[in-house]
Amino acid sequence: MIDLPGGRSHLLPKYVLELSTKNEKGATVAANTVQPCSNTEDDPITAFVSETGGLMHALNALQARDGYIDAALVPKLAKAFNITKAEVKGVISFYDDFTKAPKGKHVVRICQAEACQAVGSRSLTAHTLEKLGIGLGDTTPDGHVTVEAVYCLGLCATGPAVMIDGHVKGRVAPADLDPILDAAEAEA
Amino acid sequence: MSRIFIPLDSAAVAVGADEVAAAIAEAHPEAEIVRTGSRGMHWLEPMVEVETAEGRVAYGPVSLADVDSLLEADLMAAGAHDLRLGRPEDLPFLQDQERLTFARCGITDPLSVTDYETHGGLEGVKKATGMSAEAICQEVMTSGLRGRGGAAFPAGIKWNTVSGANADQKYIVCNADEGDSGTFADRMIMEGDPLLLVEGMVIAGLGCGATKGYIYLRSEYPIAKRVLGQAIEQAYKHGLLGDDVMGSGKAFHLEVFMGAGAYICGEETSLLESLEGKRGQVRAKPPLPALEGLNGKPTLVHNVISLCAVPTILAKGGAFYRDLGMGRSTGTMPFQLAGNIKQGGLVEKAFGVTLKALVEDFGGGTRSGRPVKAVQVGGPLGAYIPPSRFDMPMDYETFAKIGAGVGHGGIVVFDDTADMAAQAKYAFDFCAHESCGKCTPCRIGAVRGSEVMAKVIAGENRETNLTLIEDLLEVMEDGSLCAMGGMTPVPVKSILDYFPEAVGRGTAKGGE
Ligand SMILES: Cc1cc2nc3c(=O)[nH]c(=O)nc-3n(C[C@H](O)[C@H](O)[C@H](O)COP(=O)(O)O)c2cc1C
Ligand code: SF4
Ligand code: FES
Repeated sequence: MIDLPGGRSHLLPKYVLELSTKNEKGATVAANTVQPCSNTEDDPITAFVSETGGLMHALNALQARDGYIDAALVPKLAKAFNITKAEVKGVISFYDDFTKAPKGKHVVRICQAEACQAVGSRSLTAHTLEKLGIGLGDTTPDGHVTVEAVYCLGLCATGPAVMIDGHVKGRVAPADLDPILDAAEAEA
Repeated sequence: MSRIFIPLDSAAVAVGADEVAAAIAEAHPEAEIVRTGSRGMHWLEPMVEVETAEGRVAYGPVSLADVDSLLEADLMAAGAHDLRLGRPEDLPFLQDQERLTFARCGITDPLSVTDYETHGGLEGVKKATGMSAEAICQEVMTSGLRGRGGAAFPAGIKWNTVSGANADQKYIVCNADEGDSGTFADRMIMEGDPLLLVEGMVIAGLGCGATKGYIYLRSEYPIAKRVLGQAIEQAYKHGLLGDDVMGSGKAFHLEVFMGAGAYICGEETSLLESLEGKRGQVRAKPPLPALEGLNGKPTLVHNVISLCAVPTILAKGGAFYRDLGMGRSTGTMPFQLAGNIKQGGLVEKAFGVTLKALVEDFGGGTRSGRPVKAVQVGGPLGAYIPPSRFDMPMDYETFAKIGAGVGHGGIVVFDDTADMAAQAKYAFDFCAHESCGKCTPCRIGAVRGSEVMAKVIAGENRETNLTLIEDLLEVMEDGSLCAMGGMTPVPVKSILDYFPEAVGRGTAKGGE
C-alpha cells in the first residue's frame, strides 16, 4: 500500500504490478503480474460502492482474486450497488476480461489484430492450437493452459505479440512458444 | 559511477529488456541503471545506452546472449562492439523527426519530477497558473490542435464549451483505451513520460474549471498502469496534483480507471458509460459530453496525445504550434510504423509528411524484405492504401478526400503475401466482435458481411455476393450510430477499390 500526503492513497490505481520474475541467472527483474495492493482485507464487493464506476473496480478485483466472476456473487453485487441482477449480469457479459468460469493455470493470449496478422499471427495461433489440440478461447482438458484472442497489446512494431500470464512477449515465433507450452503442460 | 539506460517500455520488455537489465545489474552492482521510456526505434529494442563524456552511446538490439560479449567489450566505457550504434540522436531515424510531445521519451526517468523539470517539463502548467481560464482556452484555440483520438475535432471549441458550462462539478477524462491495431503512441508516452499527461490534464482542469480527472486505461497495458500509478504518486508529492496545484489555490485530483477489454469503450460516450460502471453502450449525441458527460456533468474527453500536446502549447504559445503542419492540420503527429516493417516504431513529424517517406525512408520497407502490398492507415476502421498512392501527404484533409482517415496515426504495413480478401472479412469479424449491439446495421450487418465475404472467398456467386456486400456497406454507413458500424465499410471499400483482383474482380481504381 502506497502512502500519499493528505490521505489520498485511495486515488491510486486499485492494483499495482509487483516485480516478480527470475531471469536465467536467478536475479529478480521487473515483471508484470497483477497484485492487489490496496483493500486486500476488504471485500471487493463492498469496497468500491461509493466510487464512480465502482462496479467495474469490484468486477476487476473479483476477476483478479478468483480468476472468474462466480455467479453466486451476482445477487450480492446487485444488492451492494443497488441495481438489478440483470444489470450486473449485463455488465459482466459485456466485457471480454470478465469470465464466468475459471481459466487454465496458464493463460496465453495471442494478438489477432492487423499489425500482428501482417507478421504471421495467424500461423502462430494455428500452430499453438494444433499443438495443444484445442480451439481459440478453450482450455486444455487437464486445465493447464487456456489460449485466448487479444486485440492489440500495443506491440505492433514487434509482433507477433503474446501475453503469457500477464507478461508481454514480442517477435514470437512458434518455436519460442513451444518450450513454454511444453513446460506448462508438464507441470504437476 | 556509470549510468546505464534501459527502457521499461512494453515493446522493449516484450523482447527481453528486463532480463538484459538484470544481467547487467548483476555484473555491475555499482552501476546506476535508469529504466527509461523507449526512443521509439522498436527494431533496435532492447536498446541499452551508456553515459559518456560525449553524451549517451547506444547499443541494440541487445539480447541476453549478447550481454557477456558487451561487458567484455567494456560496455561501461562505451567500447567497440558489433551492436554499438553511436549517439542515438545522430541516427537518421531520430534526426529527421520533429519531436515535441516525445522530446523527453527515452531520455528521462519517467518517474522523476526533477528530471522532468530539468528537461523543460512544468513550464506549461506554471504559465497556466498565472492565466485566466479564458486565456488558457484561447491558447488551445489558437494552436489549432485537433483531437488525436481519431475524430480530429478542434480541441479549442470543446475546451470553450466545457469552460463556459455552469456546474458544481466538471471532469477531465483522458481516453487511454488505444484499441487501434498499429498504434502505441499513447502507451509509449504513458510509460515513458507520464508526467506530461498529468501536466496536460492539470492544465485542462485549470482551463475548464474541472477539479477531477480520470485516465481510462485499457487492461492490455499492465506496464502503463504501473508507471502511471507511480507517476501520479510523484505528482501528488510534488504538488502538481492535490488541493493546491502548483500553489495556484486550485485543486485537481487524478485517478487511473481500468477498462476490461472492450474496443468500443474507446468511443467517448461508451467510455463514459463504462466509467460509470455500466455496459459500454454508445450514447446518442446530443447531449454532448462537453455539457452532459460523466455523471451528467460537463466533461472534457480527450485522447492521451491531445492532452500531451497541451503543455507544449502553453509553454511555447499556441501560435508556435499552429505554425507547424499544413493547412488545417496543425502541429505534429506521432505516426506509428507497425506490422511488416523493417524499422518499426514512432515517428513524430509535422503533418504533411508523405506515406512514402514514412514507410520507405523511416521504415526501410518490409521486415520480410518482400515488396509492400498495402498499408492500413488509422486502425481497424482505416483504409488499405496501395503503394501507388504513397505520395499522399499525411494530413486530415487529404485523407478525407479519399474517404479515409489519419485516425490515431497508426500505419500497418503488409507485404505481397497478404490476402486482402481475408483482411476484408476480418474487418467485418472485428466489427461483429466489438459492436456494442445498440444498432441493427452494425450488430447484424457485420455478421452478415462476414458470412457473405466468406462466400466470395470460396468463389460462390461472386458478383451477386459482392453487390450484396456493397448494399450492406451502404446500410452500415448510413444507419449506424457511431463510427464502429459507420466506418467498418472504410477498410472493406478500400479493398474493393484498390485490390479488386483479391475478390476476383477486374482492375483497381486509378489503374493500379
Ligand atoms: C469505435 C471507436 C473507437 C474509438 N477508440 C478510441 C480510442 O481508443 N482512443 C481515443 O482517444 N479515441 C477513440 N475514439 C474516438 C473518441 O470517440 C473521441 O473522439 C476521442 O476520445 C476524443 O478525444 P480527442 O478529441 O482528443 O481525439 C474511438 C471512436 C470510435 C467510434
Ligand atoms: S454502430 Fe455499432 S458500436 Fe456504434 S452504437 Fe451502433 S451498434 Fe454500437
Ligand atoms: S496488433 Fe498485435 S500488438 Fe498491436
